[in-house]
Amino acid sequence: MNLTLEGVGVTHANGHVALSDIDLRVKPAERVAIIGPSGAGKTTLLRLLATSLQPTSGAISLLEQQPWQIGTRQRQRLRARIGLIHQAPPLPPRQRVVTAILAGKLGEWSAFKSLLNLLYPVDISGAKAALARLDLADKLFERCDQLSGGQLQRVGIARVLYQSPQIILADEPVSAMDPVLAGHTLSVLSSEAAARGVTLLASLHAVDLAMAHFPRVIGVRAGRIVFDLPSEQVSQAQLDALYANEQLQPEPSITVQTPTVIQIPRC
Amino acid sequence: MLKAHDRDPAALPRLGLTLLAIVLLWPGIRLSEVDLGVLFDPENSKTMGQFLSGFWPPAHDPEFLQILLKATLETLAIATAGMALALLLAIPCSLLASRALSLSAAHRNGRPAWWSQALRWPVRGVLILLRSVPEVVWALLFVRAVGLGPTAGVLAIAITYSGMLGKVYAEIFESVDPRPSRALLVAGSPRLLAFTYGVLPNASAEMLSYTVYRWECAVRASVVMGFVGAGGLGQQIDLSLRMFAGGEVASMLLTFLLLVLLADQLSRVLRARLQ
Repeated sequence: MNLTLEGVGVTHANGHVALSDIDLRVKPAERVAIIGPSGAGKTTLLRLLATSLQPTSGAISLLEQQPWQIGTRQRQRLRARIGLIHQAPPLPPRQRVVTAILAGKLGEWSAFKSLLNLLYPVDISGAKAALARLDLADKLFERCDQLSGGQLQRVGIARVLYQSPQIILADEPVSAMDPVLAGHTLSVLSSEAAARGVTLLASLHAVDLAMAHFPRVIGVRAGRIVFDLPSEQVSQAQLDALYANEQLQPEPSITVQTPTVIQIPRC
Repeated sequence: MLKAHDRDPAALPRLGLTLLAIVLLWPGIRLSEVDLGVLFDPENSKTMGQFLSGFWPPAHDPEFLQILLKATLETLAIATAGMALALLLAIPCSLLASRALSLSAAHRNGRPAWWSQALRWPVRGVLILLRSVPEVVWALLFVRAVGLGPTAGVLAIAITYSGMLGKVYAEIFESVDPRPSRALLVAGSPRLLAFTYGVLPNASAEMLSYTVYRWECAVRASVVMGFVGAGGLGQQIDLSLRMFAGGEVASMLLTFLLLVLLADQLSRVLRARLQ
Protein backbone atom coordinates (compact mmCIF):
# COMPACT_ATOMS: atom_id res chain seq x y z
CA MET A 1 0.00 0.00 0.00
CA ASN A 2 1.27 3.38 -0.96
CA LEU A 3 -1.04 5.30 1.24
CA THR A 4 -3.20 4.15 4.13
CA LEU A 5 -5.61 6.03 6.36
CA GLU A 6 -7.29 4.22 9.26
CA GLY A 7 -10.06 5.92 11.20
CA VAL A 8 -8.53 9.32 10.56
CA GLY A 9 -10.33 12.42 11.82
CA VAL A 10 -9.49 16.13 11.82
CA THR A 11 -11.05 18.59 14.25
CA HIS A 12 -10.07 22.22 13.81
CA ALA A 13 -9.05 24.37 16.77
CA ASN A 14 -12.48 26.06 16.72
CA GLY A 15 -14.20 22.71 17.27
CA HIS A 16 -15.35 22.25 13.67
CA VAL A 17 -15.07 18.61 12.62
CA ALA A 18 -13.56 18.69 9.12
CA LEU A 19 -13.07 14.95 8.62
CA SER A 20 -14.13 11.92 10.64
CA ASP A 21 -13.57 8.18 10.39
CA ILE A 22 -11.76 8.17 7.08
CA ASP A 23 -10.54 4.75 5.91
CA LEU A 24 -8.66 4.81 2.66
CA ARG A 25 -6.14 2.57 0.94
CA VAL A 26 -4.45 3.50 -2.30
CA LYS A 27 -2.10 1.16 -4.17
CA PRO A 28 1.03 2.39 -6.01
CA ALA A 29 0.31 3.93 -9.44
CA GLU A 30 -3.42 4.18 -8.74
CA ARG A 31 -5.27 7.26 -10.01
CA VAL A 32 -8.10 8.47 -7.80
CA ALA A 33 -10.48 11.41 -8.09
CA ILE A 34 -12.09 12.96 -5.02
CA ILE A 35 -15.43 14.64 -5.62
CA GLY A 36 -18.00 16.24 -3.37
CA PRO A 37 -19.77 19.51 -2.61
CA SER A 38 -17.74 22.50 -1.47
CA GLY A 39 -16.84 22.38 2.20
CA ALA A 40 -17.06 18.58 2.24
CA GLY A 41 -13.42 18.22 3.32
CA LYS A 42 -11.69 17.48 0.01
CA THR A 43 -8.93 20.04 0.59
CA THR A 44 -8.49 18.93 4.21
CA LEU A 45 -8.11 15.33 3.06
CA LEU A 46 -5.42 16.29 0.55
CA ARG A 47 -3.60 18.50 3.08
CA LEU A 48 -3.65 15.56 5.48
CA LEU A 49 -2.05 13.32 2.85
CA ALA A 50 0.53 16.03 2.06
CA THR A 51 1.45 16.13 5.80
CA SER A 52 0.55 19.80 5.79
CA LEU A 53 -1.99 18.99 8.51
CA GLN A 54 -1.72 16.64 11.48
CA PRO A 55 -4.73 14.35 12.10
CA THR A 56 -6.39 14.64 15.50
CA SER A 57 -7.22 10.92 15.52
CA GLY A 58 -6.44 7.75 13.60
CA ALA A 59 -3.36 6.37 11.90
CA ILE A 60 -1.82 7.54 8.66
CA SER A 61 0.88 5.84 6.65
CA LEU A 62 2.53 7.22 3.53
CA LEU A 63 5.06 5.31 1.43
CA GLU A 64 5.41 2.76 4.26
CA GLN A 65 6.22 5.47 6.82
CA GLN A 66 4.20 7.02 9.67
CA PRO A 67 4.81 10.77 9.10
CA TRP A 68 3.88 11.77 12.66
CA GLN A 69 5.94 9.12 14.40
CA ILE A 70 9.27 9.86 12.72
CA GLY A 71 11.73 12.68 13.35
CA THR A 72 11.57 16.09 11.70
CA ARG A 73 14.49 15.36 9.39
CA GLN A 74 13.02 12.07 8.19
CA ARG A 75 9.64 13.74 7.74
CA GLN A 76 11.21 16.41 5.52
CA ARG A 77 12.76 13.61 3.42
CA LEU A 78 9.37 11.89 3.19
CA ARG A 79 7.73 15.19 2.21
CA ALA A 80 10.16 15.59 -0.68
CA ARG A 81 8.66 12.36 -2.13
CA ILE A 82 5.12 13.77 -2.04
CA GLY A 83 4.01 16.62 -4.29
CA LEU A 84 0.98 18.82 -3.61
CA ILE A 85 -0.54 20.90 -6.41
CA HIS A 86 -2.38 23.84 -4.84
CA GLN A 87 -5.61 25.29 -6.20
CA ALA A 88 -4.03 28.76 -6.10
CA PRO A 89 -0.30 28.05 -6.42
CA PRO A 90 1.48 29.99 -3.66
CA LEU A 91 4.20 31.60 -5.76
CA PRO A 92 5.84 34.92 -4.88
CA PRO A 93 4.57 37.45 -7.46
CA ARG A 94 8.05 38.69 -8.35
CA GLN A 95 9.59 35.24 -8.73
CA ARG A 96 10.32 34.08 -12.27
CA VAL A 97 8.56 31.00 -13.60
CA VAL A 98 11.86 29.17 -14.09
CA THR A 99 12.80 29.68 -10.41
CA ALA A 100 9.33 28.70 -9.23
CA ILE A 101 9.52 25.42 -11.15
CA LEU A 102 13.09 24.56 -10.15
CA ALA A 103 12.06 25.19 -6.50
CA GLY A 104 10.28 21.82 -6.74
CA LYS A 105 13.62 20.07 -6.18
CA LEU A 106 14.64 22.06 -3.05
CA GLY A 107 14.02 19.02 -0.87
CA GLU A 108 16.48 17.00 -2.91
CA TRP A 109 19.21 19.47 -3.90
CA SER A 110 22.12 20.49 -1.69
CA ALA A 111 21.90 23.94 -0.12
CA PHE A 112 24.79 25.10 -2.29
CA LYS A 113 23.10 24.03 -5.52
CA SER A 114 19.82 25.63 -4.45
CA LEU A 115 21.50 28.96 -3.64
CA LEU A 116 23.47 28.84 -6.88
CA ASN A 117 20.16 28.31 -8.67
CA LEU A 118 19.04 31.73 -7.45
CA LEU A 119 22.02 33.36 -9.17
CA TYR A 120 21.73 31.38 -12.39
CA PRO A 121 19.10 28.67 -13.07
CA VAL A 122 21.00 25.37 -12.91
CA ASP A 123 18.54 23.30 -14.95
CA ILE A 124 16.87 25.48 -17.57
CA SER A 125 16.23 22.54 -19.90
CA GLY A 126 14.54 20.53 -17.13
CA ALA A 127 12.22 23.39 -16.22
CA LYS A 128 11.49 24.00 -19.89
CA ALA A 129 10.64 20.35 -20.46
CA ALA A 130 8.23 20.32 -17.49
CA LEU A 131 6.58 23.50 -18.76
CA ALA A 132 6.46 22.32 -22.37
CA ARG A 133 4.24 19.39 -21.40
CA LEU A 134 1.67 21.97 -20.34
CA ASP A 135 2.18 24.10 -23.51
CA LEU A 136 3.63 27.00 -21.54
CA ALA A 137 7.32 26.82 -22.52
CA ASP A 138 7.27 30.42 -23.84
CA LYS A 139 6.58 31.76 -20.33
CA LEU A 140 9.77 30.29 -18.83
CA PHE A 141 11.42 33.63 -18.02
CA GLU A 142 8.27 35.63 -17.26
CA ARG A 143 7.50 36.76 -13.73
CA CYS A 144 4.69 34.96 -11.93
CA ASP A 145 2.62 38.16 -11.59
CA GLN A 146 2.47 38.38 -15.41
CA LEU A 147 0.49 35.14 -15.65
CA SER A 148 -3.26 34.49 -15.53
CA GLY A 149 -4.85 32.22 -12.93
CA GLY A 150 -5.00 29.26 -15.30
CA GLN A 151 -1.39 29.77 -16.38
CA LEU A 152 -0.31 29.93 -12.73
CA GLN A 153 -2.10 26.65 -12.05
CA ARG A 154 -0.17 25.07 -14.91
CA VAL A 155 3.11 26.44 -13.48
CA GLY A 156 2.13 24.82 -10.16
CA ILE A 157 1.57 21.50 -11.96
CA ALA A 158 4.90 21.87 -13.79
CA ARG A 159 6.68 22.44 -10.46
CA VAL A 160 5.32 19.19 -9.05
CA LEU A 161 6.11 17.30 -12.27
CA TYR A 162 9.68 18.65 -11.99
CA GLN A 163 9.79 17.58 -8.34
CA SER A 164 8.97 14.05 -9.64
CA PRO A 165 7.49 12.73 -6.40
CA GLN A 166 6.08 9.24 -5.83
CA ILE A 167 2.67 10.57 -4.83
CA ILE A 168 1.05 13.54 -6.58
CA LEU A 169 -1.81 15.21 -4.74
CA ALA A 170 -3.80 17.82 -6.65
CA ASP A 171 -6.30 20.18 -5.05
CA GLU A 172 -8.68 21.42 -7.78
CA PRO A 173 -5.74 21.63 -10.22
CA VAL A 174 -7.76 22.91 -13.18
CA SER A 175 -10.38 25.12 -11.48
CA ALA A 176 -9.21 28.34 -13.18
CA MET A 177 -9.12 26.92 -16.73
CA ASP A 178 -11.77 26.78 -19.43
CA PRO A 179 -13.35 23.31 -19.96
CA VAL A 180 -11.25 22.39 -23.02
CA LEU A 181 -7.95 23.37 -21.41
CA ALA A 182 -9.01 21.76 -18.13
CA GLY A 183 -9.65 18.44 -19.88
CA HIS A 184 -6.38 18.66 -21.78
CA THR A 185 -4.32 19.56 -18.67
CA LEU A 186 -5.91 16.79 -16.66
CA SER A 187 -5.13 14.22 -19.34
CA VAL A 188 -1.51 15.43 -19.41
CA LEU A 189 -1.28 15.10 -15.62
CA SER A 190 -2.97 11.73 -15.67
CA SER A 191 -0.82 10.33 -18.49
CA GLU A 192 2.37 11.65 -16.83
CA ALA A 193 1.34 9.90 -13.62
CA ALA A 194 0.62 6.67 -15.51
CA ALA A 195 3.89 6.84 -17.45
CA ARG A 196 5.96 7.32 -14.29
CA GLY A 197 3.99 4.84 -12.19
CA VAL A 198 3.10 7.62 -9.75
CA THR A 199 0.08 7.57 -7.45
CA LEU A 200 -2.28 10.44 -8.27
CA LEU A 201 -5.08 11.79 -6.10
CA ALA A 202 -6.98 14.82 -7.36
CA SER A 203 -9.97 16.65 -5.97
CA LEU A 204 -12.26 18.01 -8.69
CA HIS A 205 -15.48 19.96 -8.72
CA ALA A 206 -16.34 18.83 -12.26
CA VAL A 207 -17.81 15.33 -12.03
CA ASP A 208 -17.50 14.64 -15.79
CA LEU A 209 -13.72 15.30 -15.65
CA ALA A 210 -13.38 12.93 -12.72
CA MET A 211 -15.28 10.19 -14.56
CA ALA A 212 -13.35 10.70 -17.80
CA HIS A 213 -9.79 10.72 -16.44
CA PHE A 214 -9.78 8.59 -13.29
CA PRO A 215 -10.43 4.85 -12.91
CA ARG A 216 -11.46 5.23 -9.25
CA VAL A 217 -13.73 7.89 -7.74
CA ILE A 218 -14.27 8.77 -4.07
CA GLY A 219 -17.30 10.80 -2.99
CA VAL A 220 -16.82 12.95 0.11
CA ARG A 221 -19.62 14.71 1.95
CA ALA A 222 -19.66 16.41 5.36
CA GLY A 223 -16.23 15.06 6.27
CA ARG A 224 -17.01 11.40 5.48
CA ILE A 225 -16.41 9.10 2.54
CA VAL A 226 -19.82 8.35 1.02
CA PHE A 227 -18.70 6.01 -1.77
CA ASP A 228 -15.42 4.65 -3.11
CA LEU A 229 -15.98 2.92 -6.46
CA PRO A 230 -14.51 2.29 -9.91
CA SER A 231 -15.72 5.23 -11.99
CA GLU A 232 -17.95 3.15 -14.29
CA GLN A 233 -19.90 1.85 -11.29
CA VAL A 234 -20.83 5.29 -9.92
CA SER A 235 -24.57 5.77 -10.47
CA GLN A 236 -26.46 9.01 -11.07
CA ALA A 237 -28.45 8.41 -7.89
CA GLN A 238 -25.25 8.32 -5.86
CA LEU A 239 -24.08 11.57 -7.45
CA ASP A 240 -27.44 13.20 -6.77
CA ALA A 241 -27.25 12.14 -3.13
CA LEU A 242 -23.65 13.42 -2.92
CA TYR A 243 -24.56 16.89 -4.13
CA ALA A 244 -28.07 17.11 -2.62
CA ASN A 245 -29.05 20.42 -0.98
CA GLU A 246 -25.63 21.85 -1.66
CA GLN A 247 -26.78 25.43 -1.29
CA LEU A 248 -28.60 24.72 1.95
CA GLN A 249 -25.46 23.82 3.88
CA PRO A 250 -23.27 26.87 4.13
CA GLU A 251 -19.59 26.15 4.43
CA PRO A 252 -18.51 26.72 8.03
CA SER A 253 -15.87 29.40 7.92
CA ILE A 254 -12.45 28.47 9.17
CA THR A 255 -10.53 31.48 10.35
CA VAL A 256 -7.54 32.03 8.14
CA GLN A 257 -4.64 33.77 9.77
CA THR A 258 -4.10 36.97 7.84
CA PRO A 259 -0.65 38.50 7.81
CA THR A 260 -0.48 41.42 10.21
CA VAL A 261 0.53 44.83 8.93
CA ILE A 262 3.53 45.99 10.89
CA GLN A 263 4.43 49.48 11.93
CA ILE A 264 8.14 49.79 11.24
CA PRO A 265 9.76 51.99 13.85
CA ARG A 266 11.60 54.96 12.40
CA CYS A 267 14.52 56.69 14.13
CA MET B 1 -31.86 78.55 19.21
CA LEU B 2 -30.57 75.24 17.83
CA LYS B 3 -32.75 72.21 18.23
CA ALA B 4 -31.09 69.17 19.82
CA HIS B 5 -30.82 67.17 16.59
CA ASP B 6 -29.13 70.03 14.71
CA ARG B 7 -26.08 69.79 16.90
CA ASP B 8 -23.15 67.52 16.07
CA PRO B 9 -23.38 64.72 18.63
CA ALA B 10 -19.59 64.26 18.47
CA ALA B 11 -18.85 67.86 19.51
CA LEU B 12 -19.07 67.36 23.26
CA PRO B 13 -16.81 64.28 23.48
CA ARG B 14 -14.27 66.01 21.22
CA LEU B 15 -14.25 69.09 23.44
CA GLY B 16 -13.86 66.89 26.50
CA LEU B 17 -10.93 64.98 24.97
CA THR B 18 -9.20 68.21 23.97
CA LEU B 19 -9.51 69.58 27.50
CA LEU B 20 -8.27 66.27 28.92
CA ALA B 21 -5.23 66.34 26.62
CA ILE B 22 -4.36 69.87 27.74
CA VAL B 23 -4.78 68.96 31.41
CA LEU B 24 -2.46 65.96 30.93
CA LEU B 25 0.06 67.95 28.91
CA TRP B 26 0.47 70.74 31.45
CA PRO B 27 2.35 68.74 34.13
CA GLY B 28 4.63 67.42 31.35
CA ILE B 29 5.54 70.95 30.30
CA ARG B 30 6.19 71.96 33.92
CA LEU B 31 8.26 68.81 34.57
CA SER B 32 10.50 69.34 31.56
CA GLU B 33 10.99 72.98 32.56
CA VAL B 34 9.98 74.34 29.17
CA ASP B 35 9.94 78.12 29.28
CA LEU B 36 9.50 79.66 25.86
CA GLY B 37 10.05 83.09 27.42
CA VAL B 38 13.84 82.68 27.34
CA LEU B 39 13.73 82.61 23.53
CA PHE B 40 12.33 86.14 23.45
CA ASP B 41 14.61 87.56 26.09
CA PRO B 42 16.50 90.36 24.23
CA GLU B 43 19.86 89.39 25.74
CA ASN B 44 19.50 85.72 24.67
CA SER B 45 18.24 86.49 21.18
CA LYS B 46 21.18 88.85 20.64
CA THR B 47 23.67 86.11 21.53
CA MET B 48 21.88 83.63 19.29
CA GLY B 49 21.69 86.15 16.49
CA GLN B 50 25.43 86.78 16.68
CA PHE B 51 26.12 83.05 16.64
CA LEU B 52 23.81 82.44 13.68
CA SER B 53 25.11 85.44 11.71
CA GLY B 54 28.49 83.74 11.71
CA PHE B 55 26.91 80.94 9.66
CA TRP B 56 26.90 83.05 6.51
CA PRO B 57 28.70 82.72 4.16
CA PRO B 58 29.49 78.99 4.48
CA ALA B 59 33.24 78.36 4.61
CA HIS B 60 34.60 77.33 1.21
CA ASP B 61 38.35 77.91 1.17
CA PRO B 62 40.24 74.99 -0.48
CA GLU B 63 42.03 74.01 2.70
CA PHE B 64 38.78 73.66 4.65
CA LEU B 65 37.08 71.85 1.78
CA GLN B 66 39.90 69.33 1.87
CA ILE B 67 39.26 68.70 5.57
CA LEU B 68 35.51 68.59 4.94
CA LEU B 69 35.91 66.00 2.18
CA LYS B 70 38.07 63.82 4.41
CA ALA B 71 35.63 64.10 7.34
CA THR B 72 32.65 63.34 5.07
CA LEU B 73 34.34 60.24 3.67
CA GLU B 74 35.20 59.18 7.20
CA THR B 75 31.57 59.60 8.28
CA LEU B 76 30.34 57.58 5.30
CA ALA B 77 32.93 54.92 6.02
CA ILE B 78 31.90 54.71 9.69
CA ALA B 79 28.23 54.38 8.75
CA THR B 80 28.84 51.81 6.01
CA ALA B 81 31.29 49.67 7.99
CA GLY B 82 29.01 49.83 11.03
CA MET B 83 26.02 48.74 8.95
CA ALA B 84 27.98 45.90 7.34
CA LEU B 85 28.99 44.56 10.76
CA ALA B 86 25.43 45.04 12.03
CA LEU B 87 24.05 43.01 9.09
CA LEU B 88 26.43 40.15 9.89
CA LEU B 89 24.72 39.80 13.24
CA ALA B 90 21.21 40.99 12.33
CA ILE B 91 20.48 38.54 9.49
CA PRO B 92 21.14 35.31 11.42
CA CYS B 93 19.37 36.70 14.49
CA SER B 94 16.30 37.74 12.47
CA LEU B 95 16.10 34.27 10.90
CA LEU B 96 16.25 32.68 14.35
CA ALA B 97 13.78 35.10 15.91
CA SER B 98 11.15 35.02 13.17
CA ARG B 99 8.10 32.77 13.34
CA ALA B 100 7.97 32.77 9.53
CA LEU B 101 10.39 29.83 9.24
CA SER B 102 8.82 27.61 11.87
CA LEU B 103 8.62 24.01 10.68
CA SER B 104 5.96 23.20 13.25
CA ALA B 105 3.81 26.13 12.07
CA ALA B 106 3.69 24.65 8.56
CA HIS B 107 1.33 21.88 9.66
CA ARG B 108 -0.42 23.76 12.47
CA ASN B 109 -2.18 26.46 10.41
CA GLY B 110 0.59 28.96 11.13
CA ARG B 111 0.73 28.53 14.91
CA PRO B 112 4.17 27.31 15.99
CA ALA B 113 4.41 24.76 18.80
CA TRP B 114 5.01 26.28 22.25
CA TRP B 115 8.54 24.96 22.57
CA SER B 116 9.57 26.41 19.22
CA GLN B 117 8.14 29.76 20.35
CA ALA B 118 10.06 29.48 23.62
CA LEU B 119 13.32 28.87 21.73
CA ARG B 120 12.83 32.15 19.87
CA TRP B 121 12.67 34.18 23.07
CA PRO B 122 16.39 34.14 23.96
CA VAL B 123 17.21 35.50 20.48
CA ARG B 124 14.58 38.20 20.89
CA GLY B 125 16.11 39.01 24.28
CA VAL B 126 19.55 39.41 22.72
CA LEU B 127 18.13 41.76 20.08
CA ILE B 128 16.37 43.83 22.76
CA LEU B 129 19.58 43.99 24.79
CA LEU B 130 21.60 45.11 21.76
CA ARG B 131 19.30 47.97 20.86
CA SER B 132 18.24 49.16 24.31
CA VAL B 133 21.52 50.99 24.96
CA PRO B 134 21.81 54.15 22.78
CA GLU B 135 24.71 54.17 20.33
CA VAL B 136 26.25 57.25 21.99
CA VAL B 137 26.65 55.33 25.22
CA TRP B 138 28.32 52.45 23.39
CA ALA B 139 30.56 55.01 21.65
CA LEU B 140 31.61 56.52 25.00
CA LEU B 141 32.39 53.03 26.22
CA PHE B 142 34.42 52.08 23.13
CA VAL B 143 36.29 55.39 23.07
CA ARG B 144 37.62 54.34 26.49
CA ALA B 145 38.31 50.80 25.28
CA VAL B 146 39.87 51.33 21.83
CA GLY B 147 40.81 54.99 22.03
CA LEU B 148 39.64 58.08 20.11
CA GLY B 149 38.81 57.54 16.44
CA PRO B 150 36.38 55.97 14.00
CA THR B 151 36.70 52.39 15.33
CA ALA B 152 34.62 53.27 18.39
CA GLY B 153 31.89 54.70 16.13
CA VAL B 154 31.86 51.63 13.88
CA LEU B 155 31.51 49.25 16.84
CA ALA B 156 28.81 51.35 18.49
CA ILE B 157 26.74 51.45 15.28
CA ALA B 158 27.27 47.74 14.66
CA ILE B 159 25.94 46.81 18.10
CA THR B 160 22.89 49.07 18.32
CA TYR B 161 21.86 48.69 14.69
CA SER B 162 22.14 44.91 14.65
CA GLY B 163 19.46 44.91 17.36
CA MET B 164 17.16 47.23 15.39
CA LEU B 165 17.72 45.56 12.01
CA GLY B 166 17.28 42.08 13.48
CA LYS B 167 13.97 42.95 15.09
CA VAL B 168 12.54 44.72 12.06
CA TYR B 169 13.73 42.06 9.59
CA ALA B 170 12.11 39.36 11.72
CA GLU B 171 8.84 41.31 11.67
CA ILE B 172 9.04 41.89 7.92
CA PHE B 173 9.48 38.13 7.37
CA GLU B 174 6.37 37.50 9.46
CA SER B 175 4.31 40.12 7.67
CA VAL B 176 4.73 38.81 4.10
CA ASP B 177 2.52 36.10 2.60
CA PRO B 178 3.44 32.89 4.50
CA ARG B 179 1.94 30.48 1.94
CA PRO B 180 4.90 30.24 -0.50
CA SER B 181 7.40 29.30 2.22
CA ARG B 182 4.93 26.97 3.93
CA ALA B 183 4.27 25.18 0.64
CA LEU B 184 8.02 24.72 0.16
CA LEU B 185 8.51 23.42 3.71
CA VAL B 186 5.73 20.89 3.19
CA ALA B 187 7.40 19.80 -0.06
CA GLY B 188 10.49 18.85 1.96
CA SER B 189 12.60 21.97 1.52
CA PRO B 190 15.05 22.93 4.29
CA ARG B 191 14.16 26.08 6.18
CA LEU B 192 16.91 28.36 4.87
CA LEU B 193 15.95 27.53 1.29
CA ALA B 194 12.24 27.97 1.99
CA PHE B 195 13.27 31.43 3.19
CA THR B 196 15.32 32.33 0.13
CA TYR B 197 12.70 31.02 -2.32
CA GLY B 198 9.48 31.79 -0.45
CA VAL B 199 10.00 34.80 1.82
CA LEU B 200 12.86 36.81 0.36
CA PRO B 201 11.22 37.63 -3.02
CA ASN B 202 8.31 39.23 -1.15
CA ALA B 203 10.32 40.85 1.63
CA SER B 204 13.33 42.22 -0.26
CA ALA B 205 11.88 45.61 -1.26
CA GLU B 206 10.76 46.38 2.28
CA MET B 207 14.08 45.17 3.73
CA LEU B 208 16.09 47.22 1.28
CA SER B 209 14.18 50.40 1.96
CA TYR B 210 14.54 49.94 5.71
CA THR B 211 18.25 49.14 5.41
CA VAL B 212 18.95 52.27 3.35
CA TYR B 213 16.96 54.31 5.85
CA ARG B 214 18.98 52.82 8.70
CA TRP B 215 22.15 53.65 6.80
CA GLU B 216 20.96 57.26 6.64
CA CYS B 217 20.34 57.11 10.41
CA ALA B 218 23.82 55.64 10.85
CA VAL B 219 25.31 58.62 9.01
CA ARG B 220 23.49 60.93 11.41
CA ALA B 221 24.40 58.83 14.44
CA SER B 222 28.06 58.78 13.46
CA VAL B 223 27.97 62.59 13.53
CA VAL B 224 26.53 62.63 17.04
CA MET B 225 29.15 60.13 18.11
CA GLY B 226 31.81 62.38 16.62
CA PHE B 227 31.07 64.76 19.48
CA VAL B 228 32.29 62.17 21.96
CA GLY B 229 35.45 61.58 19.96
CA ALA B 230 34.47 58.87 17.51
CA GLY B 231 35.77 60.69 14.40
CA GLY B 232 34.14 61.94 11.22
CA LEU B 233 32.05 65.04 10.55
CA GLY B 234 30.84 65.18 14.16
CA GLN B 235 34.29 65.68 15.56
CA GLN B 236 34.83 68.44 12.97
CA ILE B 237 31.53 70.16 13.88
CA ASP B 238 32.48 69.93 17.55
CA LEU B 239 35.83 71.61 16.82
CA SER B 240 34.26 74.35 14.68
CA LEU B 241 31.56 75.04 17.27
CA ARG B 242 34.19 75.43 19.97
CA MET B 243 36.08 77.90 17.76
CA PHE B 244 32.85 79.80 16.93
CA ALA B 245 33.56 79.20 13.22
CA GLY B 246 29.93 79.46 12.10
CA GLY B 247 30.79 79.38 8.40
CA GLU B 248 32.40 75.99 8.78
CA VAL B 249 29.42 74.64 10.71
CA ALA B 250 27.14 75.89 7.95
CA SER B 251 29.20 74.12 5.28
CA MET B 252 29.07 70.92 7.23
CA LEU B 253 25.32 71.15 7.77
CA LEU B 254 24.92 71.62 3.99
CA THR B 255 27.06 68.51 3.42
CA PHE B 256 24.68 66.72 5.72
CA LEU B 257 21.67 67.79 3.71
CA LEU B 258 23.40 66.42 0.60
CA LEU B 259 24.12 63.09 2.30
CA VAL B 260 20.50 62.63 3.37
CA LEU B 261 19.33 63.58 -0.14
CA LEU B 262 21.74 61.01 -1.53
CA ALA B 263 20.39 58.30 0.77
CA ASP B 264 16.85 59.18 -0.23
CA GLN B 265 17.62 58.95 -3.95
CA LEU B 266 19.54 55.70 -3.46
CA SER B 267 16.57 54.16 -1.68
CA ARG B 268 14.23 55.30 -4.46
CA VAL B 269 16.44 53.92 -7.24
CA LEU B 270 16.94 50.57 -5.50
CA ARG B 271 13.24 50.18 -4.76
CA ALA B 272 12.34 51.01 -8.34
CA ARG B 273 14.77 48.34 -9.54
CA LEU B 274 13.07 45.76 -7.31
CA GLN B 275 9.47 46.53 -8.25
